[in-house]
Parts: sequence; structure tokens; C-alpha cells
Amino acid sequence: MGENNKKSGKSILAKQQRAGWLFLAPATLLIVIMSFWPIIQAVFTSLKTGSSASMTWSNPIINNYTRMFADKVFMRSVGNTFFYLIIQVPVMLIIAILLAQLLNNKDLKFKGFFRTCVFLPCATSLVSYSLIFKSLFATQGLINTILVNLGILENNFNFLGNGSSAKVVIIIALIWRWTGYNMVFFLAGLQNIEYSVYEAAKIDGANGWKTFWSITVPLLRPTIIMTFIMSINGTLQLFDESVNLTNGGPANATITMSHYIYNNSFGEGVANFGYASAMAFFVFILVAILSLINMKVGDKRD
Amino acid sequence: MISAATNNTVDIANGKLTFGTAALTNFKNLTNQNQSLWGAMGNSFLYAVVQTLVALLICSLGGYGFELYHDKKKDMLFSILLLAMMVPAVATMIPLFKMISKAGLLNTVWGFMLPAISTPFLIMMFRQNSRSFPVDVMEAARIDGLSEFKIFFQMYMPIMKSTYAAAGVITFMNAWNAYLWPKVVLTKGQAQTMPMLIANLASGYTTDYGLLMMGVLFCSVPTMVVFFILQKQFAEGVTGAVK
Repeated sequence: MGENNKKSGKSILAKQQRAGWLFLAPATLLIVIMSFWPIIQAVFTSLKTGSSASMTWSNPIINNYTRMFADKVFMRSVGNTFFYLIIQVPVMLIIAILLAQLLNNKDLKFKGFFRTCVFLPCATSLVSYSLIFKSLFATQGLINTILVNLGILENNFNFLGNGSSAKVVIIIALIWRWTGYNMVFFLAGLQNIEYSVYEAAKIDGANGWKTFWSITVPLLRPTIIMTFIMSINGTLQLFDESVNLTNGGPANATITMSHYIYNNSFGEGVANFGYASAMAFFVFILVAILSLINMKVGDKRD
Repeated sequence: MISAATNNTVDIANGKLTFGTAALTNFKNLTNQNQSLWGAMGNSFLYAVVQTLVALLICSLGGYGFELYHDKKKDMLFSILLLAMMVPAVATMIPLFKMISKAGLLNTVWGFMLPAISTPFLIMMFRQNSRSFPVDVMEAARIDGLSEFKIFFQMYMPIMKSTYAAAGVITFMNAWNAYLWPKVVLTKGQAQTMPMLIANLASGYTTDYGLLMMGVLFCSVPTMVVFFILQKQFAEGVTGAVK
């Protein structure tokens, strides 16, 4: 009897375990087929040359990679992407965290309204907002009209016709679009911090600034790292804005890595899959390295 | 904070101020010049809705399996899957395109959504939120003789409503706003989505901004509506996600 019970108990457990595997099987399989397998494929493709139908191993085998490092446009796209990354990500995250702090205030009225306002940009399509910014900053656009009327500018200035100002426009656009998105995560993180912690800090005589640095920031650390990784990931893969706001121009001054890879594979009628894969794999390595550094830094607290 | 909101209204108002009286004309132009408008709307809706539903089902199953049946092996497998988060879309674009075209799925909803159905992010979200799922309920249901699948559909799904809402909003927005992948995989005009359509509107030498803004409006409204409807659940769901 006892033996029997044990056995059936075991088989129930085994059955449950099997059910567990069944549950997670579709998701796992899809990720393996749609992410891991392609990235392995990409490595092989990156060592080949020729058009998509008839690819042969390139000679020397790392030809695509040497070509990549000699390619001035690609190097510029790397530089541009990092320029966006270094300026936009920290600025955006700081604004997001401050906004979240403001919105988390218990005494604030119309909280829901403000929250919606901040998050609203995230609901607009990437292409839409790129085009809206394009029209805003156009030579005859709203921004120019305002600046000229205020007397700040004498003549209408073509923001998107100049490399550096076009970059600034892209950064402003990025911040506008993504701050709210990150703020939601900070807000969620803040709401998990007990209010009594702040009360205690107040009693101990800590001012707002001090509270922010010694309580909020450390407690939000996991969230900060997560949003940081996501933002880096997103910025390294920047595509929609580059295509629609400036189309990479003027003269490739604002082109991003993803945009250049797309141009080389599907965009401009040159199906150079081998070369594009080499660049894509390079992006993968960059993202992986940056994420790993981030995680290492983040794990310190444990 | 407010600038974010005013920016948006000003943008739209800008279009409306200059072309205020021309709204109807713009709309007519949009439907006339681009007969594919309703087609693109339909495509976008079809793709986004189907992708959201399938992704929610598969990822919630995954998150459920990973959390409530967790053991060492499954935890390890999960951390391996998380690595997929680092794989950038451009890196897998070319092999995926080859796969999809070999399978004859170009210009279909399957080709559009297959790579985006199962994402580590969604699985993680469901996995984290499943921690708050009461295990006692599960045990009780088991004693009542419910099968594991029935427990999932009858107990888990209703209880995790807000997580589904939040995940649904995120997936729907991603699917609706997707641009790079659709541009690669949807090569035919009839298959194109709203973002592709309005991007094409703007790519000519002279741009009719009124027309464009009308298109932009059409493209942005659905995601906003979805967000407004599910806003409250969204906030709850995300709050649970980041613990």
C-alpha cells in the first residue's frame, strides 16, 4: 500500500514535470529557431561572398571583416550610433527617473493625467513620430517659424541639411519618444519602495537630494540596469528614425549601423548578404559586450 | 513632462492649423491617391491582433511553465533563453529572411509574426508576475482533479488578467509599429502595413504634409486607443513585472 502510494505520488510529480516542459516547449523552440539558429547562420554567411543565390566561401575567409573595418561609411555609422548612445541614453534615463520621482509624489493631483501624457509618445508609431519631427524641423516647419518670429534666427535654417544639427534633431526625437517608456519602469520600481523608508529618512533629517541619491537610486538599481540594457540595445539597433527622419543624410552624416546593413542587404538593390552579415555579427558582439559589462556592474550588489 | 503632451498636440495642431480647413480634402486624398489605405489598415490590424494573441498564449504558457514548474534544469534553460535578448534584429534579419522565403511565407501574416511571437522579454514578464500566483489554488485544483492544462486556462489566465493586459499593450504596439522587419518580409504592395504606407507617403520629392499628417493620425490612433482602454491594467501589470 505504502509502496503503491509512493509510486503514484512519484508518477504524479513526473506528470507535472512533463506538463511543465510541455508548457515552455513552444516558446523555447521558437526562440531557438528564430534567434539562436539565425545568429549561427549569420556567422557562416558572414564568411561567404557573392549574391544570395550562389554564395561561395570568401577568400581570404575573413575578407568581409577586413573590408568592414576599411569601410569608411560603416565606420561612420558606428561612430554615429555611439554618438547617439553616449548622449541620448544617459540624458533620457536621468529625465525618466526624475519624472518618475515627481509622479510618484503622493500629494500630486491629476497623477493619472500626467502619467498618460508622459507615456503618450510611446503609443505613437516610430515612423509617425519620425515624420512629425521631420516636418517640425523642416526648413518651412514650425520650429523654424517660431525661432524666426522670436528673433533667435534670422533666416529659416535647414536643420536636417546639416550633419551636426541633424544629429541633434535625432537625439531630441529619441528622447521625446522613449523617456516615457523608461519612466513607466522606474515608476513601477518606485512603487515597490515602501513609503516608510522615506519617512524614516525625513526624520533622520535627510533632504530631498540626499534621499534621492542614498535611497531611491540604490533601491532602483535593478530597474536602472534593466532600462540601461534595453536602451543600449535599442539605440545600437536604431533604424526607423535614421531612415525616416534624415534617410541617413546629408551624405551619410547621420546613418546608423542597422540602416547601413539594411542598405547593403535589402535596401539599395545590392543583396550583399555576406558583407551585411559580417556587419550584423559585429553589432551582435557589441551588444553582447555592452550588456555583459552592464550585468557585471549590476551584480555587484549581491 | 507637460512638454511631452503639448508637443504631441502641437504637432497635430500644426498639421491642423495650416491645413485646418483641408482636413476633409486630405482625407479624400489619402483614400483616393492611395487606394491601399484601407488595405494597409486592415493588414496592420490583422498582423497586430494575430501576433498579439499568439504571442500572449505562447509566452504566458512559457512563463507559467518556467515559474510554476521550476527546477534547476528549467532555470538554467531560462537564463540561456535570456541571451536571446542580446541578439539584435539586424543580425538575424538575413538568415530569417532566407528561412521565411524558403518556407514560402513572404507576404503572409506568418512571415510577419513568426520571429516576433516568442520573446524573452514577454516570457520574463510572465515568469516574474507568476510569482504572485497563489500556488495553493493550484494544489486545490489538482485535488479537484483538474488537468494541468485546465488549471492554466481556467485558473491562471483569469487571475493574471492585468499581466495579460500589459503584455498585450506592449506586443500590440510593437507589432503595429514594426518597420524594419515588415519592410524586409512584406515585399508586395498589397501586404504593406500602415507605417510602411506613411513612410512611402513621405519619401517622394515633394511631400504633401497635410496628407502625411492625416496618414500619421490614422497610424497613431489605434495604438493610442488600445493604450487608453487598457491603461489601468497596464500600470498594474507593469508594476508586477519589475520586482
